Amino acid sequence: MACTVEEKQRLQDIARELRLTIIDVTAWSGGAHVGGSLSIVELLTALYFKYLNVDPERPQWEDRDRFVLSKGHAAAALIPVLSKRGFIPEEELKTFNHFGSPFAMHPDSNKVTGCDASTGSLGHGLSIAAGMGLAARYLKKDYKTVCLMGDGECCEGSVWEAAMSIANFKLTNVITIVDRNRLMIDGFTEDVMALEPFAEKWHSFGFDVIEIDGHDFEQVCSALEKGWNATEKPVFILANTIKGKGVDFMENNVVWHYASADSALCEKAKASILNL
Amino acid sequence: MGEPKSLRVAYGEALVKVGEHNDKVVVLDADLSHATMTCLFAEKYPERFFNMGIAEQNLICAAAGMAYSGLTPFISTFALFGAGRAYEQIRNSISYTNADVKLGLSHSGLSVGEDGGSHQAVEDIALMRVLPGMTILVPCDPIEMEKAVFASLDIKGPVYIRVARPVCSCITKDNDPFIPGKPNVMREGTDIAIFATGLMVSEALEAADILKANGISAAVLNFHTIKPFDSEAALNWAKKTGAIITVEEHSIIGGLGSAAAEAIAEISNLRFDRIGIQDRFGQSGKPADLFQRYGLTAKDIAQRCTMLLSKGYSQSWL
Ligand SMILES: Cc1ncc(C[n+]2csc(CCOP(=O)(O)OP(=O)(O)O)c2C)c(N)n1
Repeated sequence: MACTVEEKQRLQDIARELRLTIIDVTAWSGGAHVGGSLSIVELLTALYFKYLNVDPERPQWEDRDRFVLSKGHAAAALIPVLSKRGFIPEEELKTFNHFGSPFAMHPDSNKVTGCDASTGSLGHGLSIAAGMGLAARYLKKDYKTVCLMGDGECCEGSVWEAAMSIANFKLTNVITIVDRNRLMIDGFTEDVMALEPFAEKWHSFGFDVIEIDGHDFEQVCSALEKGWNATEKPVFILANTIKGKGVDFMENNVVWHYASADSALCEKAKASILNL
Repeated sequence: MGEPKSLRVAYGEALVKVGEHNDKVVVLDADLSHATMTCLFAEKYPERFFNMGIAEQNLICAAAGMAYSGLTPFISTFALFGAGRAYEQIRNSISYTNADVKLGLSHSGLSVGEDGGSHQAVEDIALMRVLPGMTILVPCDPIEMEKAVFASLDIKGPVYIRVARPVCSCITKDNDPFIPGKPNVMREGTDIAIFATGLMVSEALEAADILKANGISAAVLNFHTIKPFDSEAALNWAKKTGAIITVEEHSIIGGLGSAAAEAIAEISNLRFDRIGIQDRFGQSGKPADLFQRYGLTAKDIAQRCTMLLSKGYSQSWL
């Protein structure tokens, strides 16, 4: 088993905390991409609290594992997880998106401690991850690079250019994850620009495709474990998720892609999370 | 007087109107139709609206293909992802072929606000200016936005319409002329001429008020067209006032300031200065805070005009 009962409980507790902080950040910031932040909570929690070999004392440590949040608009999830992992004092999250704050709607790696790539423009991250993977190989380093993308993001042609290169160079040190919450901004992916058959696309591009429930820690951990141990083919994790996961009235509803939150909404959202 | 409105809403509404007049007009977007407001056209003419998904390169070249086939596509996304991400597609498939595509790109400049530096296009005008045959329109208010959309239809070939996000008041009137390539004189003046474009026109008018109270007579020109640039008007005003200052919500490199400098460089003893974003990126914040931080408010403009006119002026403080 990739994840023991106790460990699962530990990760679930962190995930719940993280969801509550995402709601706080949505309020503090005056508005954030809340839906797509809530859908990646289990993925980020498993990565930062079990798999990624990173060290808050040495954020630039050259042997650290790399993480690229290609769907950079979900900074409202990334920055809180970096904080919980010890890279950023929790108090500072209150400045999120304020004028002059290091934390903005999209993460800037020159300003955010522990953030490995500035993202926000969709379709850059997987290429950046490929470059990190090639660099690791050339520099004879063992670190892994994990890239997390949105499903809508996969409309970008550049994603497929990156995919081709990862397969071509057999970059088994790069783990590709897509947050398949089935929503983009203008609607469901299958209505706006159909991605299916999605798993088959990645398979045909040369990836070992692992399809999971992205909110189930056992499945998340077992997929990441396979990714970490890949030797033949690069691993692609198709994480089926729910946009807005954990807040009942936000789940699977396109209007919560981006939202602001007053205190009443915050309370309602938090009550829902605590009920989960 | 028109009501205050976001320029992107004015853009979306104008598209619906041109759609009524012309059934060859089609609209394409890249998963941002509720931000660019092309959703209004999509509701009215679903059969002529194409959401290409988050795929700007495909968006641009598909529009080119439609133009080659007799349609007049208006395409929208954020300015950075259209002009920036798909620049080479615009260059080769649209500009190089002189395709009849209208690029109505939104969320330009710092006024995007909280989305931050990664989303604030402060270089889009520069990118578009170097493309032969590209017309660049930068409307200053909702009324001008509608005129710009209609005017773009009369121009055969590519037109870039710079659309901004914030709500703004109307500073022009319905019957004011809008002739692409001809700046509008918004205020007469003799001591200095302020060349402004887009959202900066209203700031410039306010600056002229401040200056007037201090005994300085400042003319304000609304350069709603950056390309083709009216060099003659620029030269005339340079000769008339002896002092020109340009104001734009764009890098001082490659935009209105550069166009003006190229036109008037030959005049000796001219006092000249450019207000804009000083070769740096934007950042997250409320538009008003950003305008203040980047020196784009009426007060800043008035101050820079006063400095420019002061004796022994030197630009070294920049
Ligand atoms: C190149 C680019 N085009 C457009 C956007 C605007 N945008 C931000 S988020 C988003 C939708 C993303 O959908 P998806 O990848 O599915 O993310 P999620 O639904 O998980 O938030 C778009 C179009 C962008 N950030 N970058």
